[in-house]
Amino acid sequence: MATRTQERRLAFLATALPPIAWVVVFFLAPLAIVWAYSFGQNAGLTEVDISGTFANYTRALQPLYLGIFAKSIFVAGLTTLLCLIIGFPVALSIVFASEKWRAWMLLLIMLPFWTNLLIRTYALIAVLRTEGYVNFTLEWLWDNASWFMTLVGLQPLGDFTPLQLLYSNFAVVVGLVYVHLPFMVLPLYAALDRLDRSLIEASLDLGAGHLRTLWSIVVPLALPGIISGIIITFVPALGAYLTPDLLGGPDSQMIANVIERQFKKANDWPFGAALSFLLMYATFAAIALRAYYSRGSAAPGHGI
Amino acid sequence: MAQRRAPLEYNRMWQMRLWLFGVFFFLYAPLVALVAFSFNNSKRNTVWRGFTFDYYVKLFNDQDLLIAFANSLTIALLATLISLVIGALAAVLLWRYRFIGRTVVEGTFMLPLVVPEICMGVAMLLFFTRVLPWPNDLPWPLSLGSIIIAHVSFCFPFVALVVGARLASFNKEQDEAARDLGANDWQAFRDVLLPHIKPALIAGGLLAFTLSLDDFVITFFTSGPDTITFPVKVYSMLRFSVTPEVNAASTMLILLTIVLMILMMVMQSRGQKKG
Amino acid sequence: MDQALAKDIADADVKPIISFRNISKRWGSAVAVDNVSLDIMPGEFFALLGPSGCGKTTLLRMLAGLEVPTEGQVLIDGQDMGDIPPNKRAVNMVFQSYAVFPHMTVTDNVAYGLKIDGVPQEERDRRVQESLDLVQLGHLATRMPDQLSGGQRQRVALARALVKKPKVLLLDEPLSALDAKLREAMRFELSQLQQKVGITFIMVTHDQDEALAIACRIAVMNKGSIAQLGAPSDLYEFPGSRFVADFLGSVNMFEGTLIEDKPDEAIVACPELDPHRVYVPHAVLGQEMSQVWVAIRPEKMNLHKDADTPPAVPECPGSYNVARGEIKDISYLGDISIFHILLASGRLIRVSRSNRSRFDQDNFNAGEKVWVSWAGSSPVVLQS
Repeated sequence: MATRTQERRLAFLATALPPIAWVVVFFLAPLAIVWAYSFGQNAGLTEVDISGTFANYTRALQPLYLGIFAKSIFVAGLTTLLCLIIGFPVALSIVFASEKWRAWMLLLIMLPFWTNLLIRTYALIAVLRTEGYVNFTLEWLWDNASWFMTLVGLQPLGDFTPLQLLYSNFAVVVGLVYVHLPFMVLPLYAALDRLDRSLIEASLDLGAGHLRTLWSIVVPLALPGIISGIIITFVPALGAYLTPDLLGGPDSQMIANVIERQFKKANDWPFGAALSFLLMYATFAAIALRAYYSRGSAAPGHGI
Repeated sequence: MAQRRAPLEYNRMWQMRLWLFGVFFFLYAPLVALVAFSFNNSKRNTVWRGFTFDYYVKLFNDQDLLIAFANSLTIALLATLISLVIGALAAVLLWRYRFIGRTVVEGTFMLPLVVPEICMGVAMLLFFTRVLPWPNDLPWPLSLGSIIIAHVSFCFPFVALVVGARLASFNKEQDEAARDLGANDWQAFRDVLLPHIKPALIAGGLLAFTLSLDDFVITFFTSGPDTITFPVKVYSMLRFSVTPEVNAASTMLILLTIVLMILMMVMQSRGQKKG
Repeated sequence: MDQALAKDIADADVKPIISFRNISKRWGSAVAVDNVSLDIMPGEFFALLGPSGCGKTTLLRMLAGLEVPTEGQVLIDGQDMGDIPPNKRAVNMVFQSYAVFPHMTVTDNVAYGLKIDGVPQEERDRRVQESLDLVQLGHLATRMPDQLSGGQRQRVALARALVKKPKVLLLDEPLSALDAKLREAMRFELSQLQQKVGITFIMVTHDQDEALAIACRIAVMNKGSIAQLGAPSDLYEFPGSRFVADFLGSVNMFEGTLIEDKPDEAIVACPELDPHRVYVPHAVLGQEMSQVWVAIRPEKMNLHKDADTPPAVPECPGSYNVARGEIKDISYLGDISIFHILLASGRLIRVSRSNRSRFDQDNFNAGEKVWVSWAGSSPVVLQS
């Protein structure tokens, strides 16, 4: 009969080993290999020689690739900003809705999130194509306006030239906002929900208008939640692959597309590994920034 | 007389209503159109030519697609089962024991949630081609092994989170009572802890299943020509020909995801009610 | 409340600063405020008193503009507030939770309203300093709210509201969050503050001690309507209904029948006081033989040592306004003692006696038989 301590140790090991072993072997190890590869170079068609060289990193920091990094950060940032602007009123609306409505609204916001990313992106293609819904509607409006003008005696408008919305940076941003909007709404909702409403009433009572109240009272107190939402939106947007791939044009490449190319077409795995790790560092930097912020400033209480 | 709006009743402002309408329209119109046009009797997607189930018939007769779907389901099932075990153990580990390096272990478990998908895909690709080459001639379903393993790696943290949240509401005294009555660690776990976390296991399992089923990027990197999954197949269909068949396939996937998610929510709320 | 103010209130020429005209507020089918009309005079400390759910807070919030009436009008200084939002009304509110902005210092909190009004920096600083001195918080000007106690935060809320020099200050349950000792001290301070600043204060409270102590006039509310309006002593000594009599202080309520009603006297027969009857030296509103209630306050009752004949009672003929019983329990509260007396009819009543000498508590003991009496002017006969 095993002793108590032996038994406890056995139980501990039985609980600890499987997950830790898994994480080490099937997660950390692969990442470590990528890291190792980033210091390697191609030696022959399939062989890679891990020579400890920094060549891949220096190449990654060349203007060409740096530019793509910068563009990815810009696109992700723009996406995040748009999601914030669009999502804030939505979150506000849900917080101030009645109980019954609130549950439904949250569900409706989350439903697209559960839908496959591929499908959501594909749905947008149908919308943005030259023969897509947007152009279809515009054409319809154009033709009707033209008809109306002939009615009034004016010259009809010329032929309708469809807008080239797809395969552009515009489409990529639209697609990213479309996919990531639910990510932004939830943390905003959580932060606004915790806010004491009498603070808003007090601000109004003291003479502030709604916008002023929003800016001076609501935003500062909901800031931790806003930062969360920004991080949760920015990080996935930065590493997005499908959306720029399906919706973007030849100059809309984001960092994930470049990485993919290294592993499929260009067959330069060490370089791809280096790029991957740079992306990971950027991600960690963003998260560390957020952790630093929330620890550095004492998060104020809500409505004392 | 219409009642004037109280200052905090934002939802009665017409601007707010317009905004909400705009947002929900923006989110849903493309999806609704996609589903609607899967019934369109036309190769082109913008003009409605009549209602038909043709493309669904085509879908169900498309061998490649069906195989891909079977692959996806199998992967999801196996990955879920393994994720449940690993995730539950991870949650219990963090909840029950104090040990050196606990914070590091906790952080490491949550790492897969933070690492960008493409980095994980790349890592898995490298691992399964260079370090642990997965034999190409294994019988099905073992041939899907590499994909399954990759899926487990990013699914189990979600399971751990869900189970962990449920564990937080567990009254430790029940565990102690069981031991007081003579149960050893395993028995206490099986008879007291496990029943309590069952709703979380079901919810977490459904979550993992959906994530696995929907995954594209990581699967894209770990699958080969013989081990294609449903999203990857749809992707290649997308790149080459956009027919309503793709719409039909997408609609099926949407339906499946929604059903699973609703099931998960029902399970979650049941777990909360039992307390 | 001083004589001049009392005169003003009685003076018909002084216009009310706040008027509620047939105000109603409904939430769906639930009625929060039911057709209330009320005038509040400038310079008075007014209290809205009632149990929770009676509509007093809703009324206050409609005045502030935070709720919209379903029907009726709110007038501030003669002006209909119909479409005017809260930030444009000349009233300011001290919220129940104080609602001090947690991310701003005390000074910034108080200066907030002035900044919005566009008051220049110098004047702003001066006024903020004045306001803080008024509530004795000058030394804590740079602190953050989480460094302050509850009472201090309340003063910040007060200073913040008063610095804007509103026409009316609204207070929502101002003392409910404070502990007993602090509450009493703050009662006095609030009263002093109001007299110093000179503006109208309207306070909402469920604590009748508070209302009685501070307010000039009280509106007692019940289920959305005003049960009675008047000065504290009027409400306490001359309640108009059982609800008001019972809500303010404690009271012994006896059901009875009005058996005699003459121009200068009335007699009520209460089964619980049998065989003795209640006598009052004035006429009573009501038909003979109708059901009435007699309300007698515990402090208006006297205890007498047991004897075969009932004690003589001033202002009324013999054998009236007495009752015989046994002391069941004595609650010794230090300054007073409350006697629970079981009458022959089985009814338990309360009699309170102040302990005027240090040996008073020895006069009566539990289990002792006693006579209880009250003067003819003590009972209040109520119709409802």
